[in-house]
Amino acid sequence: MSSLVLSRLSVRYGKRTVVHEFSATVKPGDWLCLIGPNGAGKSSILRAITGLASHSGDVSVDGSPLKLRSPRRRAELVAYVPQSPSLPAEMSAFDYVLLGRNPYISYFGTETAHDRSMVANVLGRLDMLDFADRSLGSLSGGEQQRLVIARALAQEAPILLLDEPTSSLDIGHQQQALELVDRLRHEHGLTVISAMHDLTLAGLYADRLALLHEGHMVMSGTAAQVLRAETLAEFYGVSVSVHHEPDGTVVVVPRRTNS
Amino acid sequence: MDGQPSAFESVGAVSPRPSWWLPASILVLVGAVVLGAYIGPAGGITSANWHLIWTVRMPRVALAALVGAMLSVAGASYQGAFRNPLADPYLLGVAAGSGLGATIVFVAGRSDTSGWIIDPLPLASFVGGLTAVFVTYLIGAAFGSSRSSLTLVLAGVAVTSLATAIQTFILYRNNDVIREVYSWILGRLGTATWRDVRLVTPYIAISCIVLLLHRRQLDVLRVGDDEAASLGMQVARVRLIVVVAATLGTAAAVSVSGLIGFVGIVVPHAVRMMAGASYRRLLPLTIVLGATFLILTDIPGRVLSHGAETPIGVVTAFFGAPFFIVVLMRRRRAQ
Repeated sequence: MSSLVLSRLSVRYGKRTVVHEFSATVKPGDWLCLIGPNGAGKSSILRAITGLASHSGDVSVDGSPLKLRSPRRRAELVAYVPQSPSLPAEMSAFDYVLLGRNPYISYFGTETAHDRSMVANVLGRLDMLDFADRSLGSLSGGEQQRLVIARALAQEAPILLLDEPTSSLDIGHQQQALELVDRLRHEHGLTVISAMHDLTLAGLYADRLALLHEGHMVMSGTAAQVLRAETLAEFYGVSVSVHHEPDGTVVVVPRRTNS
Repeated sequence: MDGQPSAFESVGAVSPRPSWWLPASILVLVGAVVLGAYIGPAGGITSANWHLIWTVRMPRVALAALVGAMLSVAGASYQGAFRNPLADPYLLGVAAGSGLGATIVFVAGRSDTSGWIIDPLPLASFVGGLTAVFVTYLIGAAFGSSRSSLTLVLAGVAVTSLATAIQTFILYRNNDVIREVYSWILGRLGTATWRDVRLVTPYIAISCIVLLLHRRQLDVLRVGDDEAASLGMQVARVRLIVVVAATLGTAAAVSVSGLIGFVGIVVPHAVRMMAGASYRRLLPLTIVLGATFLILTDIPGRVLSHGAETPIGVVTAFFGAPFFIVVLMRRRRAQ
């Protein structure tokens, strides 16, 4: 279980600042979801935490700054699931998940029996042992998405970053993937930060939402606090109705404007 | 839900791939070496022509094996480092640079240098090849981000064009050496000596060892620069080491054999079709089968046309070009 603290994180691409001094604290086992329109800076924050986007400000895990760590040690703490992962069609599912063990294998080394059993263990937990020898190209979109999550789990990192984990999935597989992440964070105490477009799903699974607009965090809180029709109208420029179910679920439904 | 340990063990047992490819390929290589020693205009292996076989055919077979292995493993490594299945070892300008270096020596006049301790032709070709790739890297590093290889590849195109333009200009002014330069460009193994073999063996050996040591890294790189970096890999450093090693060996191979095309593409792709795309299996197999391929393609050139040999570059291109099209078609289907 690890906590993640982002303090005054700014990301610039050339002269353009895409994230302005974003600060947040995610407690061990918590799920923070970044929401906001396209270009708001959600992905850039995740890429900065992973070390893929150069940034100013600090990212610390359990009090120690990530930038002091080598890429390998960083990968032991943070696992990243990109928005559109590359899936080499001819690679076997087992070999793909084995890539998650890279931080633990020495530069010229090869995987140990422990790494292999770790991969088998992860595949087993996700009910994917039967897929081990299948090539990635032969799997469905939903199966591929589960494998990407499996690879992140094989990394054994306490912090999991998910960039639009459900964007390419149908509603059934969206639910399956998010249920899986939710189950795993409860079983393993994973700290999760995700970027998501589907506001209802974001509110359903995350403990807290952070609404971004043009690189600034404009609001953060629970789903009930952030997902309000007037707030969404202001920052997304949409007309929506927000329904509160008896169980506390907040449902965001778009409305037709030219009826 | 949780799997049992017995189930995990069974996966661990299934997943390692059949390892008979490598021994089988080595057997084929041995067969190719025997054929290479046996076939030639002077006839088969007899006690009368043993001297000829040892001083003419065997260095030729050895050099074909070294050059074939090097070009193939360099091609596979470039394809991995740039994640481009059509990358070949000449991608960053090594061929054009070597060609320019060789052209300069031909124009300066080879006869004047016959008494030199070091033959200037392979030296100039080697230096020319390395210089071209070095310039490519400088341009790529100056204008591209450290994690993108596209600028580097485009810089390679520019450097290749520039070196070729200078070479063409020199040839235009000195058309008496065109035939010699042209025959160098088409590649040749016919004049191979044990001295050539000794000259290039250290470079090719070091290059192959470094590349083999990076085969797992190349597998990690298959998921792309960003994801490889998120898995803890220092992508720019790995790419630099792989490219430097592959280039060094390629420049050495080219300096003694000229430009032998298509080997760096044909062999890695044939191996992928047979034994899968994992670099951990691909690199050792391309070394063995690349050596085999060039020994075998060198044989028809000796016997096809009596008197004048068919250049090896013509034979490899004859088989390579149609194969290239097959690879493109397969790739299109895969997408």
